Amino acid sequence: MDWGALHTILGGVNKHSTSIGKIWLTVLFIFRIMILVVAAERVWGDEQDDFICNTLQPGCKNVCYDHFFPISHIRLWALQLIFVSTPALLVAMHVAYRRHEKKRQFRKGDQKCEYKDIEEIRRQRFRIEGSLWWTYTSSIFFRLVFEAVFMYAFYFMYDGFRMPRLMKCNAWPCPNTVDCFVSRPTEKTVFTIFMIAVSSICILLNVAELCYLLTKFFLRRSKKSGNTKQHPNHENKEETKQNEMNELISDSCQNTVIGFSS
Amino acid sequence: MNWAGLYTVLSGVNRHSTAIGRIWLSVIFIFRIMVLVVAAESVWGDEKSAFTCNTQQPGCNSVCYDHFFPISHIRLWALQLILVTTPALLVAMHVAYQQHQEKKLLVLTGHADPKHMEEVKKHKMRISGSLWWTYVCSVVFRLLFEAVFMYIFYMLYPGYQMVRLVKCEAYPCPNTVDCFISRPTEKTIFTVFMLVTSSICIILNMAELVYLVVRACARRGQHNSNPTSAKGSFYGHKLSSEYKQNEINQLLTEQDGSFKDMLRRNPGLQEKGDRCSAC
Repeated sequence: MDWGALHTILGGVNKHSTSIGKIWLTVLFIFRIMILVVAAERVWGDEQDDFICNTLQPGCKNVCYDHFFPISHIRLWALQLIFVSTPALLVAMHVAYRRHEKKRQFRKGDQKCEYKDIEEIRRQRFRIEGSLWWTYTSSIFFRLVFEAVFMYAFYFMYDGFRMPRLMKCNAWPCPNTVDCFVSRPTEKTVFTIFMIAVSSICILLNVAELCYLLTKFFLRRSKKSGNTKQHPNHENKEETKQNEMNELISDSCQNTVIGFSS
Repeated sequence: MNWAGLYTVLSGVNRHSTAIGRIWLSVIFIFRIMVLVVAAESVWGDEKSAFTCNTQQPGCNSVCYDHFFPISHIRLWALQLILVTTPALLVAMHVAYQQHQEKKLLVLTGHADPKHMEEVKKHKMRISGSLWWTYVCSVVFRLLFEAVFMYIFYMLYPGYQMVRLVKCEAYPCPNTVDCFISRPTEKTIFTVFMLVTSSICIILNMAELVYLVVRACARRGQHNSNPTSAKGSFYGHKLSSEYKQNEINQLLTEQDGSFKDMLRRNPGLQEKGDRCSAC
């Protein structure tokens, strides 16, 4: 069970997402998960082995490393990515539940059911409305919350996003204060900033998707209330318009004939 | 055979689970197995190489490590996850056995065409009768294994916090020696995380058990108030579609005597559990 399996699970959800949701998923997999696996894990690979303290005191290095890095960046990012991608499973479960209901209706031979066979139900893409809209919106909201929480945890734990070269440590059993040197600090800073930037882009995409869904919801609502007001006179209005057009055409024809004749 | 192989095996069972069972399976695979593979294994990766003791005595390091970590957390979790997910295979075996019985029934009633055979493989089994008992047993075993492993964890590593320093005096260490553990805070964080998800899984299993029992009692209450429906549903249990139900009923009325003889000669065709009260 690894990132590939997560990609398989979430790929199915993609079908029922909005376009912004699909872009978000692509950004997540290519610019975050892939970068984590292919590059960042190597950069942090020797983080403890090459964390060197200026002392021969046994245990001092371990204690200082633990003091300055309570949880490694890589693990924090891995947890963040897992938590951020799982709300999409709420949507997948809701869609599966709807499909199950439709299949049940189909099997009972319900005349309201308009599908030709079960395969069509399986392949059908559901519109994001009704209860599915609420599930989808909740999942985006949870994504936003998790992203924000992890970014805050990051900032809180590492006092900003820069990796210093040198740390001064005086935890027991280190004698007095000891200089400890971090391995590859600049490379780590570059990747940290990159991951933060992509995380911010993902937050923006989520906010945009939320706005889009809300706008669509209000538009649909106003259309519905507009349609119900117009509906009784709707057909009459069409006829009146058609009549008016016919009159205008016949008037202009007459004028043209008169014009030509004069 | 690795975690992906286990995932393949258990996804098949997923189809015949309750909704809570499916949520439980997702929690297991995403929040426990995936976190174990992707994050926790690298935290514990250097647990022995970075376990440092304040001595130059050869062998002291190894002995102290062995004394304080009889079995590593990672291995304990791996064993726990394997044992907790395998009772679901009981259900898979029972479903396969029921499908085999249905196919045999189809062959005997002369409906052994590929379309009907495929339908048997594809349709979802109702959790009733003997399958209900198997399912409930699997949930009980899951609960048991989770509880046992959490207890073992607590016994081996009292408290769930990983300490930075342990004092060791096992031979050949001279006197008492300070030994330092690598990444204790990160290990504590992941231990607490795995504990929390384990508790969530225990709660989900208990909820599923309650749901199954309540459903069985509700169905029993329905049966008692509607005794005539019990006869018609005898074959309806096995072959869920109404078409097959009608066909079988027709065959029963047409060849009443000979069919009943056949069933008497082959008692294995009857699901004894269908007569069970938990229907």
